[in-house]
Amino acid sequence: MSAAAPQTLATQIRDLATRYPSSRSAVIPALRLAQEHYGYLPPEAIREVAAALDTTPAVCHQIASFYDMFQLKPTGKHTIEVCSNAPCALVGAEKVLEAFERELEIGAGETTPDGLITLRTVECLGGCGRGTVVAVDHRYREPVKPEDVPGIVEELRRER
Amino acid sequence: MSVNDRPVFVLAGTGGGDLRSLEDYRRVGGYVSLEKARQMGREAVLEEIKKASLRGRGGAGFPMGQKASFLPSPAQAHGPIYLVVNADESEPGAFKDREIIVRVPHRLIEGIQIAAAVIGARACFVYIRGEYLSEYEILMAALAEAEGAGLVSVPIIVHRGAGAYICGEETALLESLEGKRGMPRSKPPFPAIVGLYDSPTLINNVETLATVPKIIEIGGDAYAKIGVKDSTGTRLFSLSGNVVRRGNYELPHGTTFRELIYDCGGGISEGRKLKAIIPGGSSSPLLTADQVDMSMDFDTLQKAGSFLGSASVIAIDERACMVQLGLRIGQFYMYESCGKCTPCREGTRWIETLLRKIEEGRASHAELDLLVDVCERMLGKCLCPLGDSDAMVVASYVTHFREEFEAHIDQGGCPFGGSSSLEGVRSPVDELYRGRVRQEAAR
Repeated sequence: MSAAAPQTLATQIRDLATRYPSSRSAVIPALRLAQEHYGYLPPEAIREVAAALDTTPAVCHQIASFYDMFQLKPTGKHTIEVCSNAPCALVGAEKVLEAFERELEIGAGETTPDGLITLRTVECLGGCGRGTVVAVDHRYREPVKPEDVPGIVEELRRER
Repeated sequence: MSVNDRPVFVLAGTGGGDLRSLEDYRRVGGYVSLEKARQMGREAVLEEIKKASLRGRGGAGFPMGQKASFLPSPAQAHGPIYLVVNADESEPGAFKDREIIVRVPHRLIEGIQIAAAVIGARACFVYIRGEYLSEYEILMAALAEAEGAGLVSVPIIVHRGAGAYICGEETALLESLEGKRGMPRSKPPFPAIVGLYDSPTLINNVETLATVPKIIEIGGDAYAKIGVKDSTGTRLFSLSGNVVRRGNYELPHGTTFRELIYDCGGGISEGRKLKAIIPGGSSSPLLTADQVDMSMDFDTLQKAGSFLGSASVIAIDERACMVQLGLRIGQFYMYESCGKCTPCREGTRWIETLLRKIEEGRASHAELDLLVDVCERMLGKCLCPLGDSDAMVVASYVTHFREEFEAHIDQGGCPFGGSSSLEGVRSPVDELYRGRVRQEAAR
């Protein structure tokens, strides 16, 4: 990462803050930017967001630790999130999750040893009309059937 | 009523496709209502919304006109007034707001502009759940087009959430929008008086606002003639679960579950039998198959001890173990509890623990009674509807399917013996548990 990058991030965050009547409202979008930049939210990312918004790291950390989409630990380069809530579970979400576990040789909540893919179960993604819903790098695939799983994993491995 | 005669408002003009571009939306009369509303003036517009008896589509069903009337007029207000749009659709079973944003984003923008003018808002905030990334992009593209055409006189700021069901609760949403943890506020004061940044704030759901342009077009009286008394107009019913054709269906209030599940949805998949119905998202108490002829409207559901909520209907076939279903839903509330109030934070964990014991055949009959007792003790003591929902819903599962719960206890395990459609289903809570078990083992 270039030395100029954090400067750019801070500038982007300050720019975000101007959209709101109170700069604190920019904490969530700012953490999202920082996470896109670092891949997750290490303490230095949280300090950087806090400095750019003239607030404390504690204020930013309490947000980062509350919301499901923020990751405080390193994750894989790609994420696969399988909805397992009732509407998807009724139409076979567990079979889809198991297919991913077999294909990736990891359990839900884990990352492949090469650091490429993190697999998680998530709560309802709002795709119950076409479940099972799977979010691959935050883009929905719906419906996903167990037989679609090898193709999705292959796609991510090819991309690397 | 045949399919062709059905009134369609929210998805009008889409013809099964979408109307994403301004040009397409204008072709079906888009933004004519905004112009009309500007000529009518704010009080006349509010009057039409009241005549329409438009009730909130987010879940609570509060009349929009009445809610807007609680706000001080721009002249009386000591500071800015805000309009906040709740697009944090996260209720298990609900996927209607997403469909509106993807298919008719301009109708939402038009509704927002009409409502903003009614309350004299200085700015509008759309709080869209963080997972809706493509939906956010579609909305932003439509907004840019509308702004370019000079249609947006009250600025709209689209704010993405970051994954928290609780932010659909209006005061938690405001906290989140202010850059805090999404924890509900105690009410009163209500947001109409002390809302976003302590200013008077009107909060409406996406579908509610997307209904407003049609009300202005046809008039509140004409709108109120559709549907049934106290549940006027149409609703975008999200149908999911074990049906042949899942999806959103815009139907008048008063349509029955049977019409939705069998006529629209093609019935239960593979000719199986209907066992139970979740009528309004996972937060609504369960109905049984013999209630399938019930009218889908606010009052009928309430009289039946449930609610229409977000009109998210989940059909469950005979293969489902109701303890497993209750457990999976209980895990959702446990995972999503914000932790602010004790009855919910502790109660959702108790419910999950007891349901897990019952499912695994490790519970006694006294523990089934304890489960019902925990639910009763939580009810009405939580700061917001999240904990109450968990308690009410789980209690309804026990009420309707007590013999299934007892069979787990008597047989020392699941009577379905692995054949349930929900067998082995996991949840984010399981990942937390397993991580903890591993850490303990490593010590």
